[in-house]
Amino acid sequence: MSEVLPPVIVGAGPAGIRAAERLVAAGLRPVVVDEAARWGGQIYRQPPDGGFTRPKTALYGFEAGKADAVHRAMAAIRDRVDYCPRTLVWNCEAGALDLLSEGASEALPFSHLILATGATDRVLPFPGWTLPGVFTLGGSQVALKFQGCAVGRRVAFLGTGPLLYLVAYQYLKAGVEVAGVFDTTPFTTQACATAGMLRDPATLAKGLLFVGWLRAHGVPIHNGVRPVRGEGAERVDALVWRDARGQERRTACDAIAFGLGLRSETQLADLAGCRFRFDEADRAWLPERDGAGRSSVPGVYLAGDGSGISGADAAELAGERAALAMLEDLGRPVEAARVKELDGRLARIAAFRRSLSAAFPFPVDWADAIADDTMICRCEGITAGAVREVARSGQAREMNRAKALTRAGMGRCQGRMCSATTAELLSRALGTGPDGVGRLRAQPPIKPLPVSAGAERREVA
Amino acid sequence: MALLQRVAEQGRRVVRFTLDGRPVEALEGDTILTAMLTNGDRLRRTEFADTPRAGFCMMGACQDCWVRTEEGERLRACGTFIADGMRLLSNGEWNS
Repeated sequence: MSEVLPPVIVGAGPAGIRAAERLVAAGLRPVVVDEAARWGGQIYRQPPDGGFTRPKTALYGFEAGKADAVHRAMAAIRDRVDYCPRTLVWNCEAGALDLLSEGASEALPFSHLILATGATDRVLPFPGWTLPGVFTLGGSQVALKFQGCAVGRRVAFLGTGPLLYLVAYQYLKAGVEVAGVFDTTPFTTQACATAGMLRDPATLAKGLLFVGWLRAHGVPIHNGVRPVRGEGAERVDALVWRDARGQERRTACDAIAFGLGLRSETQLADLAGCRFRFDEADRAWLPERDGAGRSSVPGVYLAGDGSGISGADAAELAGERAALAMLEDLGRPVEAARVKELDGRLARIAAFRRSLSAAFPFPVDWADAIADDTMICRCEGITAGAVREVARSGQAREMNRAKALTRAGMGRCQGRMCSATTAELLSRALGTGPDGVGRLRAQPPIKPLPVSAGAERREVA
Repeated sequence: MALLQRVAEQGRRVVRFTLDGRPVEALEGDTILTAMLTNGDRLRRTEFADTPRAGFCMMGACQDCWVRTEEGERLRACGTFIADGMRLLSNGEWNS
């Protein structure tokens, strides 16, 4: 019976679209389920319907060609896929996904599934990070790209990673005042990593151009920064920060855009039963995947940033590669030369990503500086001290017990915004490595849904 | 004062809605988050500390941007589009 079910792809970003394209080319009709109203994912997110007129060159800059190619690829197969936009996949178990669309829930049985669930910003807290005007870097980019809005009139960019400079550059280009770029990475670290980034001169050149453009427009760029606090009563009005020499400084701003790289959305892979491993580069637990995208569960494939951060170019390749793996497993012919080409290109990007992580390392000491009274959980206001206390008292030696005792990770976001922090706090209080405290188990529904949606599961044929 | 600043795409059709009973305007294609934050500086007050919030991730992950309508419906502001006649509240779930 399993052969008769259509393959299912979760996510219509670069990975999901390229996977769908490859399956369609093989004569299959995949179901593509996506939470957004239009395809493209976060990176190539398209503006809503309703009178938006900026051309793709304005929306995606240097990536306009890639964005357009991905959008067109999906448009070209639109009538050969079952496309379900505005649909949340809130559970995965027993060979079926639970979908929520237009307020109603229904089960979608599958035999073969590609998860291309993407990523969101990785964050650590600082005092004042819940004030209005403090947004993630990715969110700040969504505001500009998807809504034609800036998150403020004078924006401070804080954190590290390629997105830090890209979004600051995009804001400056849009005519917004950039109060400064506050990079947690020391200048020497970045300079040393530049040699490795020569593996991909085009990407390095873009990065240098962003930095050069910002500097040429008088934007101060500070390296080796740590945040002290966001100030303000009803909304943020300043970023107080510590410079590389330990000097406390204050920069007036009406918005802070911040992020420390990206964090994979792994909940569905977890619910599907995939085995996880700790990834040193991402400093996170990720579902295992072989070079082709096969997970540890037969019939479940993983592609794109949802199973390890490697960027949009790799996501396109990995999406196609996962589809080819699925076709191979279904006993269908695949072109060996294409497989080899994809594997080669993915390997080259992986080598470049290692240099990129070296240039923008996770600030491991940040967690030590989080004061006990700092709120780490936006959903329920739980403090860093509460997590440290359950570790020190010996009550919790891993993430799920800490969650049970403190509720960190139990709120509406299901740990998306706090689990990196909780893992850092817990592992440091217990003296283990970051891999020593386990990972939060995913729980359905992975995002809130109305009770009226009818959570009971329909019979799976 | 508005938290979000429009810097492009301002030629869209005007949508009229109310914010805490006050008639205000947004543009077609605005999310509720954009519509509210171009007319004010918060989406809600938290039920735990009564502090203001204005969303965070804008991509449906952080769940920080839930808002109430006058009818008592709860909407995720970053993923729901504004529509004519909506009656939105920025006082939070337990303060309205």
